[in-house]
Amino acid sequence: MQTDSISLARPDMQPVPNSRSTGLDLRPMKPRSTFVLSCLFFGFAFLYIPILTMIAWSFNDSRLMSVWTGFSFRWYAALWENEQVIDALLLSLRIAFVSATFATVLGTLAALAMTRMGRFRGRTAFSGMLAAPLVMPEVITGLSLLMLFVSLQVLIGWPAGRGADTIAIAHITFGMAYVAVVVQSRLAAMDRSLEEAAMDLGGRPMAVTLDITLPLIAPAMLSGWLLAFTLSLDDLVIASFVSGPESSTLPMVIYSKVKLGITPDINALAAIIVGIVGTGVAIAGWLMVRTARRQAPARR
Amino acid sequence: MQRGADPVSAARGEALWRRAVVGIPYFWLLVFFAIPFVIILRISFADPIIGAPPFTPLYDAEEGIYATGDNYRFLAEDDLYWVSYLKSIRIALVSTLLCLLLGYPMAYGIARARSTTRNLLLLLVILPFWTSFLLRVYAWMGMLSNQGVINKALMGLGLTDGPVQFLYTDFAVYLGIVYSYLPFMILPLYATLEGLDENLMDAAADLGGRPRQVFFDITVPMSAPGILAGSLLVFIPSLGEFVIPSLLGGLETLMIGKTLFDEFFVNRDWPLASAVATVLVLILILPIVLFQRYSATAERLNRQ
Amino acid sequence: MNEGGREQTARPWEDPQAQPFIRIENLRKEFDGFPAVDGVSLEIYQGELFAILGGSGCGKSTLLRLLAGFETPTAGRIFIDGADMAGLPPYERPTNMMFQSYAVFPHYSVAENVAYGLKKEGLDKAEVNARVEELLELVQLGDFARRKPRQLSGGQQQRVALARALVKRPKVLLLDEPLAALDKNLRERTQFELMNIQDRLGITFIVVTHDQDEAMTLASRIAVMEAGKFLQTGTPSEVYEYPNCRFVADFFGTINLFRGHPETCAPGRVRCEETGTMILVDPDAGHDEAAGGLTVAVRPEKIRLSREPSTQDGHTVMHGKVEDLAYYGNYSVYRIRTDSGKLIQVSSQNAGRSAELTLEWEDQVYLSWPRECSVVLTR
Repeated sequence: MQTDSISLARPDMQPVPNSRSTGLDLRPMKPRSTFVLSCLFFGFAFLYIPILTMIAWSFNDSRLMSVWTGFSFRWYAALWENEQVIDALLLSLRIAFVSATFATVLGTLAALAMTRMGRFRGRTAFSGMLAAPLVMPEVITGLSLLMLFVSLQVLIGWPAGRGADTIAIAHITFGMAYVAVVVQSRLAAMDRSLEEAAMDLGGRPMAVTLDITLPLIAPAMLSGWLLAFTLSLDDLVIASFVSGPESSTLPMVIYSKVKLGITPDINALAAIIVGIVGTGVAIAGWLMVRTARRQAPARR
Repeated sequence: MQRGADPVSAARGEALWRRAVVGIPYFWLLVFFAIPFVIILRISFADPIIGAPPFTPLYDAEEGIYATGDNYRFLAEDDLYWVSYLKSIRIALVSTLLCLLLGYPMAYGIARARSTTRNLLLLLVILPFWTSFLLRVYAWMGMLSNQGVINKALMGLGLTDGPVQFLYTDFAVYLGIVYSYLPFMILPLYATLEGLDENLMDAAADLGGRPRQVFFDITVPMSAPGILAGSLLVFIPSLGEFVIPSLLGGLETLMIGKTLFDEFFVNRDWPLASAVATVLVLILILPIVLFQRYSATAERLNRQ
Repeated sequence: MNEGGREQTARPWEDPQAQPFIRIENLRKEFDGFPAVDGVSLEIYQGELFAILGGSGCGKSTLLRLLAGFETPTAGRIFIDGADMAGLPPYERPTNMMFQSYAVFPHYSVAENVAYGLKKEGLDKAEVNARVEELLELVQLGDFARRKPRQLSGGQQQRVALARALVKRPKVLLLDEPLAALDKNLRERTQFELMNIQDRLGITFIVVTHDQDEAMTLASRIAVMEAGKFLQTGTPSEVYEYPNCRFVADFFGTINLFRGHPETCAPGRVRCEETGTMILVDPDAGHDEAAGGLTVAVRPEKIRLSREPSTQDGHTVMHGKVEDLAYYGNYSVYRIRTDSGKLIQVSSQNAGRSAELTLEWEDQVYLSWPRECSVVLTR
């Protein structure tokens, strides 16, 4: 966006109507009040100190999170040997993969419906149903879905029981809402003339969507998928409602352990998750910055 | 001419495509999001029984529709529910305000930073969002416990003799909610603040507005959409929050999400839990409609 | 406050007794070590309509922002009406600005926008209302007081911005590209309106623009800026007729440039590199400085076309044929290819119904212009 600063050295005399003057582009950080700076400092400390403390304790040899008795990987080993945790993790990963994939398909369709299909009957209701899962308290979503599954079982015999399938359905439902938000904003920002050009060249709407639109929104679909995947992996409340006795997801196992108090192998688990996510986000951020830098001279 | 050989079947294909794009997600949301609300509404008028499912049939061919207002009567009469609803609203409101007070200056600072710093700070705001919510709440259990870092620090500084009971109190719940939902406040605020035309602030300063006046005359009113969106994104989910009161709260921290969860899993009274949920949805209708109107406007503006 | 100030001294910059109203001394502003304004000095007199002209990124907007107080100079000083502006924030300066984007507050009505600055001065309500009303009348927006900015056209929004800045009775009004966002018809009207208002109120205007026509028609004086420095400062006719460097010459309209070397034995004669012919120039023009050659600049409208070579004294003569011609109604433009292959642009007024000389493509013509129209440029 603010990549215009190179234009300062540009000698051409072309006016740039309605754009901010070049002096603004170069404007360095405005002097900020100490209040704002201290809020930033305090806020980020607040966000990160608990996580970092937890990671630090995961290397503690002692069971207690109060005395440091030495550096050790023993809680990582304990975690590795905990079959209950490993089984739950595998189940969670499987559910997350399936539900994120379906959520991406449905969410992308929903975003296309909202941005590219003009007016259709029930559009307001549709947009309402699409936005509500973003904020709906999980206890309500979980309870209402369970009631649906139970009623369906009585009425048509499906689903026969509750387990990974019903959890996946629940996760698809809220996951697609998140995917739709991400994809929709990309679609809204996209240059419509690309699609119009394709149509002008004889492409029918469906072909244009597949040939032009989908490749262009693929990055948004990927981040939508990742978001749905993480949210599914993270969900405790909804899964607790709609799971069966045989299917305990990772959050359910963690919850039942931490409900009883602090357990150091959960610290190790947290450290692993933060490590994976942190690396992933750092790589994604680096890639984003790099592509932005590369595209910067090309734009304008 | 067009590529398709048969224009009639091609047109039919397009109509089908259009129908599928709208129809498939529509159908899914209808079945798995809208209808369940109708069902809990219906079950909230049923009686609990012992059996599977543990409530009186929703519809019986011989006896017709059986409905009872007992669950709602019980809700109205039992203090537990009143206290839970009111306390949830209070906790959610206060937490939203705290998030706003901390999140606004943070979002403002991020929006005013140089672009590289800005991206890094944004990443730092988003990062916790990608790590487990449950584990982040759990992290506070470690921080706040009697042997936790905070108590150790307080005792080390000689501020208290014995450990202060932080964990399992309302204080811990406020802390947990602000901590967990702060990014939801910062991001929409940042988006509106970053999009503000800086010339407006400069113009106000040029006309004699002092920095504080410019902030309250121009910046705050112009960022009202972000304030609204952020507040709703914090308020609505925290009103029904379960994990935080359950792990950090004490026995007196009655939040409706936890009460509902217990009603369902401990007492196994599904119709009563459904009634609790129905009332909660009624409370949330106004904020959710507000939120939707906001997203609809944002969508419209995006398209322009 | 200074009625008729312009009549008394129409050209205060030529009056050694006149005190400058705004004095800029060696002003410098760096961004990350890069000088956006690179040691600029300037004196502007009361009641002037001064234009700072330059391309995008030349530093003109930064200079304006330095005057308004949005930026703090790296070095140098600014005095307005004798007062040092150093350390004064925008809200304490006797300047007001009209922003390029207008920056009309969208959540205030037109009247509230105009009243904003007065309220910040702490004036009582009655006076605020009276002055707002007066200014809205001045910019012909009296009927729009209660409208919100989004209900106004671009031109109307601009008038709100103007009224909002003028209502504060600033000593200096700063205008950032005041006409850039307007369409052609509106531009001309607004231009005259601005000049009228400036004349009536006697406020010193500083206009920043990239548009040379805007600067020429609006301004009492123009400073041409490039890469953070002033290349030339002067009245519109001075910078047009007597540019002091190739950049300025090229900036205003079209100009023909001839590279050449002065004949050392014959002052006033320059041998053109491209055509090989002689160009007559003012013998007093600084030849000797230009050891590495110089440039002679000639405006297209100074060149006369004829079938026969001009025999007038002191005229430069060249020969060529018409390669292109374009008829614009009140004038015509010809592109003449000289025998040596150089293209020269000539424009001539179509004063009579049928021009004395009707030229067609491929016609052989002579070009000539008097010595005083050859501008010698050494930079």
